[in-house]
Amino acid sequence: MTVPYEHLREDFKILQQHVNDEPLVYLDNAATTQKPEAVLKALETYYHTSNANVHRGVHTLAERATTQYEGAREKVRRFINAPSTAEVLFTRGTTTSLNWVARSLGDLIIEEGDEIVISFMEHHSNIIPWQQLAKRKGAKLKYIELTDDGKLDMDDAREKITEQTKIVSLVHVSNVLGVVNPIRELTDYVHDKGGVMVVDGAQAVPHMPVDVQALDADFYAFSGHKMMAPTGIGVLYGKRKWLEKMEPLEFGGEMIDFVELQDSTWKELPWKFEAGTPNIAGAIGLGAAIDYLENIGMREIMDHEQNLVAYLMPKLEEIEGLTLFGPKKASDRTGVIAFNIDGVHPHDVATAMDMEGVAVRAGHHCAQPLMNYLNQPATARASFYLYNTVADADKFVDALKATKEFFIHGLD
Amino acid sequence: MALTKLDQLYRAVILDHSQHPRRRGVLDKATTQIELKNPTCGDVIQVQLTVEEDKITDVRFDGSGCTISMASASMMTDAILNKSVDEALTLVNEFSEVVQGNKPEHEQELGDAMMLAGVSKFPARIKCATLSWKALEKALGSDGTGVDGQLTHD
Ligand SMILES: Cc1ncc(COP(=O)(O)O)c(C=O)c1O
Repeated sequence: MTVPYEHLREDFKILQQHVNDEPLVYLDNAATTQKPEAVLKALETYYHTSNANVHRGVHTLAERATTQYEGAREKVRRFINAPSTAEVLFTRGTTTSLNWVARSLGDLIIEEGDEIVISFMEHHSNIIPWQQLAKRKGAKLKYIELTDDGKLDMDDAREKITEQTKIVSLVHVSNVLGVVNPIRELTDYVHDKGGVMVVDGAQAVPHMPVDVQALDADFYAFSGHKMMAPTGIGVLYGKRKWLEKMEPLEFGGEMIDFVELQDSTWKELPWKFEAGTPNIAGAIGLGAAIDYLENIGMREIMDHEQNLVAYLMPKLEEIEGLTLFGPKKASDRTGVIAFNIDGVHPHDVATAMDMEGVAVRAGHHCAQPLMNYLNQPATARASFYLYNTVADADKFVDALKATKEFFIHGLD
Repeated sequence: MALTKLDQLYRAVILDHSQHPRRRGVLDKATTQIELKNPTCGDVIQVQLTVEEDKITDVRFDGSGCTISMASASMMTDAILNKSVDEALTLVNEFSEVVQGNKPEHEQELGDAMMLAGVSKFPARIKCATLSWKALEKALGSDGTGVDGQLTHD
């Protein structure tokens, strides 16, 4: 299917505005994405027609809300090809999902002297929960090194992951380097050594087909807001064999079967983890976002982004004094491009580009260990999504050149 | 071209200060020094002072950061050299007014630092401009050497 990208932009009112008198070019999609009308409409329709609490009432609205909320769970299950909705937990986002695993699985299987392995390209939300677990249990946290072109060093991975390694938690797609990690290969290796594989899929699920069974990961986390859904909704997929043994982290309504004075029993999966009134509208919005993405096709979206990167890379490589981070080959990466202009601080770059209407991010991208590893205090980052066009890519290159000119000339 | 608007922020004087910073380096005999970091952007700044009989007789800064933070540090050293501790603290407050778009009382004394008034139109960058001044304030408020800290989120 060929996608009419020019028309697709009409689904996003926010993109049709001027910023600093220039047409907005939104290139901060790794931070969060814009929402199409279909998602906003789904929220509105839910509140107009069906709003009620879930799993609680016998009245008609409660039934509708429950059906739609659980319907969204089924959409997520199908989208990531999970075997069962019992293994699809709604959370607040990737951060919450990873914290749940580190806390609940960590308490279940980590003992003093055990090893937990992550990598130098992790987001803070896939570092700190493990640091805390390691400190709590007296376990050891190890980091897999990167190669010069910003990939996981697979030789080092094989060295760091040992029989003592109980948990390995790795990012599927880096939010700085854009690199796609070979998760299946790593998972097989981890399982061989008897460990559990956790995957941070925050930058993968929005941009490519993800099949959790094909990856064979034990846990897989992602956020709705990075894939056109509202903020405050995310997913933790976990294999039933683990989720059944794990204890919930929060207790209260919705997650119990029977409550007695001194003890209670939990509901079955997935509800035992979802205490309290959940983000019902958020889940429904996520369902609508999945419909929107599937209608275009995840492979199509991935190809579109790779085409943009393939188009951009040679143009960027021509710019003198521009450092690009991550793999050079478009097929090794997604539409996340971190860069620095020699002698110009990324914050100055981001301010200048904003004046041109181009929204890019500058900073450490919640990856301070990676910044140190790359020996950069910070970087600028452009991240593309399916509503970005070749025209956006051109505007980005022009703004980049103008920015460089401005600072170089001013500094003469 | 929209970049012309950038001139409000990056006046020639500012670019000059960031490229040719005044008093960048280290003091042999500092009476007070501080290192401050802005964790959101990775900027780090060290400020060293020699305070003799309540007067700032020498000052140096070092570190890494964006144009705005480096220029501001350089301008800060111009403004506070040979001032009393109280005068310097007053300038810190005045400067923070300037970058919020308000008029200070001692425009003259702030000197080139007045050029950073344009920062008020770029709220995301106000912290860049105030980092060195916050460091100065902390250094003056402490009594010894070896202090360090982080820029808080206020
Ligand atoms: C790779 C990666 N992991 C985790 C997160 C955290 O996601 P959230 O803030 O939605 O919990 C992000 C996004 O910031 C990310 O890019």
